[in-house]
Order: sequence, then structure tokens, then C-alpha cells
Amino acid sequence: MKALIKRLGVKSLNFFIYIGGVFHLLVSTMFQIFVPPFRRKEFFSQMYKVGVQSLPIVFLVAFFTGMVLALQSAYQLTKMNAQIYISGLVALSMLRELGPVLTALVIAGRVGASITAELGTMKVTEQIDALETLAANPVKYLVVPRFLALCIMLPILTIYADFLGIVGGYLIGVYKLLIGPTIYLQMTYDSLVLKDLFTGLFKSLIFAVIICIISCYEGFRTEGGAEGVGKATTLSVVTSFILIITADCLFTALFYFMFP
Amino acid sequence: MIEIINLTKSFGNNKVLDNLNLTINSGEVTVIIGRSGCGKSVLLKHIIGLLKPDLGQVIIDNEDVSMMDHEELDKLRLSFGMLFQGAALFDSMTVGENVGFALKEHTDLPEVMVKKKVARALELVGLKGIEELMPAELSGGMKKRVGLARAICNDPKIILYDEPTTGVDPVMADAINELIVDLNTKLKVTSIVVTHDMVSAYKIAGRIAMLYKGKIIGVGRPSEIKNTKDPVVKQFVTGASKGPITENGG
Repeated sequence: MKALIKRLGVKSLNFFIYIGGVFHLLVSTMFQIFVPPFRRKEFFSQMYKVGVQSLPIVFLVAFFTGMVLALQSAYQLTKMNAQIYISGLVALSMLRELGPVLTALVIAGRVGASITAELGTMKVTEQIDALETLAANPVKYLVVPRFLALCIMLPILTIYADFLGIVGGYLIGVYKLLIGPTIYLQMTYDSLVLKDLFTGLFKSLIFAVIICIISCYEGFRTEGGAEGVGKATTLSVVTSFILIITADCLFTALFYFMFP
Repeated sequence: MIEIINLTKSFGNNKVLDNLNLTINSGEVTVIIGRSGCGKSVLLKHIIGLLKPDLGQVIIDNEDVSMMDHEELDKLRLSFGMLFQGAALFDSMTVGENVGFALKEHTDLPEVMVKKKVARALELVGLKGIEELMPAELSGGMKKRVGLARAICNDPKIILYDEPTTGVDPVMADAINELIVDLNTKLKVTSIVVTHDMVSAYKIAGRIAMLYKGKIIGVGRPSEIKNTKDPVVKQFVTGASKGPITENGG
């Protein structure tokens, strides 16, 4: 019993240390954004890595999700002779939910993992210590460009995913379910309001913060060589996934009650 | 002068440094010897402020490093150069960018001057004209020397060397030793070298200090350490497997 309480105590303590560390990194990053100099070269390089290089994978995921969504909805809606509503269903699902969440999960797996692996390797090879001995702040130097790149590129990728999902649904709706193209587009347009887009984009901004801070934090606390880097990378992706889903649930509920 | 007073540091239940006291004279090469994992690198990291002590002080020019804030630490660090065990070169930068990092970050020197200083530092370590190479293209010994060039590029007052000869062949190790002595004579810097390579220690040291079980148990000139009566120091410097130092004995 005593051992169990002790273990519970240690686990709780580690949990609070983790939360404290994550918030400390977030606050330091926000502060360092406004401290000159601004590392333009590193920032654009990160924008390219996060955004441009993610275009193909986001394309695949969003496009096929849109198609699958249309097909699965047709399975039910055809029974009620209501296929016409597929367009609105696909568009709303993509903009409000699937666009932001799926893009964030893809980026957490692709970019978040690579950030943790890169920073983790720098940590175990003492490159982060070397940065500090050269009087360069690792948060300013490593986290800020990644943070800004993610915060800008993830919402843009989300818009791209929203569009591709709608295109995927359109192709199924028009060419498989034989809904007229004009009606399909009109129904899509009628079912959407700006709020749908903005709530989705707001969520994607929150997801960007989660991905960047978790992956950098895990990178910075990596220990123990190649094995440690592997563990940190796995932990970073798993933690990001959990937090993205949790944040999605919280913000969806919040928007539902605040802007019904 | 660097004064280390009652320095204590634990990681979990492992007390790595235990009331350690040591004085390092300016302009001298002080070599800290001890077994692998005994806390030598931890001691170096305390001197440059990368680690905070649980107890005790590191005083550099009458200032306590552990009490400094970020800005003061950064200012202090610019007077330091540090060579890491694995060189710790930045993978994503060329050799030239690595060596000139501190100059580019912290001075307003024009690009031409930075390039000149980088070339001079690389020449000092015997690696002229490799500015455009990436760290991945270098051998272990070359990486160490580039690390050294980075450490001396902004004319530091104190240079810290973490196992400078580990992982390099004997010829290269001797070249690095010569370089350390040379730099000390030419640049008049204070050097602190952490090593367990006794050949290197005897060659470069002005004074040798032995770290054992978290404390400095012996300090002296190389000749004094060579002829010491202390059984622990004697066993270590002669490399005997039998004696007071056991396999797990720190």
C-alpha cells in the first residue's frame, strides 16, 4: 500500500513537472518571439519544411477523406432519397472538424516527430549545450522559427485540406451519385457560413501550438543516445495526438455552446 | 582566477559532486583527471553555468556563476570557449558557419572580418581552407579540431576542454595536446582540461587535480602527481587494476 502511494506520488509529481515544463517553454517562446533579432532564413526554411513539403500527404489524406465521406453518407442518405444533402454534409464535416483535425494529426506525425528527433539528437550530441555556451538562447534559436512556421502553415494547410475534401466529395457526388454539378456546388455554398471556416482555423492554430511546444519540449528533455531519441519521438507524437483530440473536443463543445 | 567552493550536485540519489573545492589559476593549464562518469564533465558544466549547483559556488573574477541571470551568464560565456567531448558541431551548418557562430551572433563585425577570423582559427588548428565542408564530411579528429577552432574564434579568456583526446588516434591526440599547449602560450588563456588520458595530462598540465567520489583528492604539478603517495591517485595515474579504486568505485 505504502509503495502504491509512493508510486502514485512520484507519478503525480512527474505529471506536474511535465505540465510546468510545457507551460514554461510556451511562455518563453511567446516572449522570445518579440526579442530581436528575427531569424528570417531559419523561419522561411521551417515554413518550407512544415508547409510545402507537407502538401502531398495532406492532399492524399484530405482528398480521400472527402471521397470516403461522400460515399459513406450516400450509403444512408440514398435510403431516404436525400443524396442532395451529401454536399453540405461533406463541406461542413471538412471545415468544422475533419480538415483541422486530420491535418493536425498528419503534421504531428510528420513534422512534430521530425522536430523531436532533430532537437533530441542535438540534445544528446551536446549541440544544445554548445548553443548555450556560445550565448545563443536555444528557445530563440530553435523553437521560435518552428513555432511561427507551424502557427502560419497549419491553418493554411487546413484551408487546403478543406478545399481538397470538398473536391473529393464533389467527384463522388457528381460522377458516382449523379448529382448535378451546379446543384452540388450551390448546396455546398448554401450550407456553409464563415463561422464554420473560422472555428476550424482557430482550432488548427491551437493544434499548431500543441504540436510545436510538445515536440520541442520532448526534444529538449531527450536523454540516452539513439534509444532516447526514439522514445522521445514516439512520446512526442502520442502526446500530441492525445492533446489534439482533447483540445478538439473542448473547443468544439465551447464553440457549440458559445456560437450555436 | 576561478574558485570552486563546496560544490555539491546530485542527480536523483546519485551524488556526483560532494563539497568539491578547487582553485584554478589564471593563465595556467589545469587538468582534472578521474574515472569515466566520476563527474568531470558535470564540473565543467558548472563552471560555464550550464548546470546549477545544489549547494556551493563557482566564483569567476569575484562573481558567483550560480547567482547570475541569463544576460549575465551570456556575457560571461562570451569570455569562454568550450570544446565538447564529441565536438558538438551544428550538423546543419558548414564548418565556417560553425566556427564563426559566436562572432556572427554577438558582434557587428562585417562578413569579411568574420571570414578572416574563421580562417585564422582554422589555420591555428591546422585545418586551413575547409570552411565550406559540412561536419558530416569530417573525420573524428577533424571534428575535434573544428570544435577547438570554434572555441577559440572569439578570443576567449578561458577555454574548457572536455576529453579532448578521447576517440582520436595517438598521433592526432598528440597533435591536439600540442595545440592546447600552443594556444595557452600564444593566447595566454586559462585552460581547464578534463581527461582520463594520463599521457595527455602529463604533457599539457601546469597542475593536475584528481576527482574521486565527488571530491578533489589531490592537486599538484605533474611531477608531484607522478610521485604521489596517495594510494588512490597512484593507482589511477599508473593505471593499476588492483588498489583502493574498485570497478564500481567512482
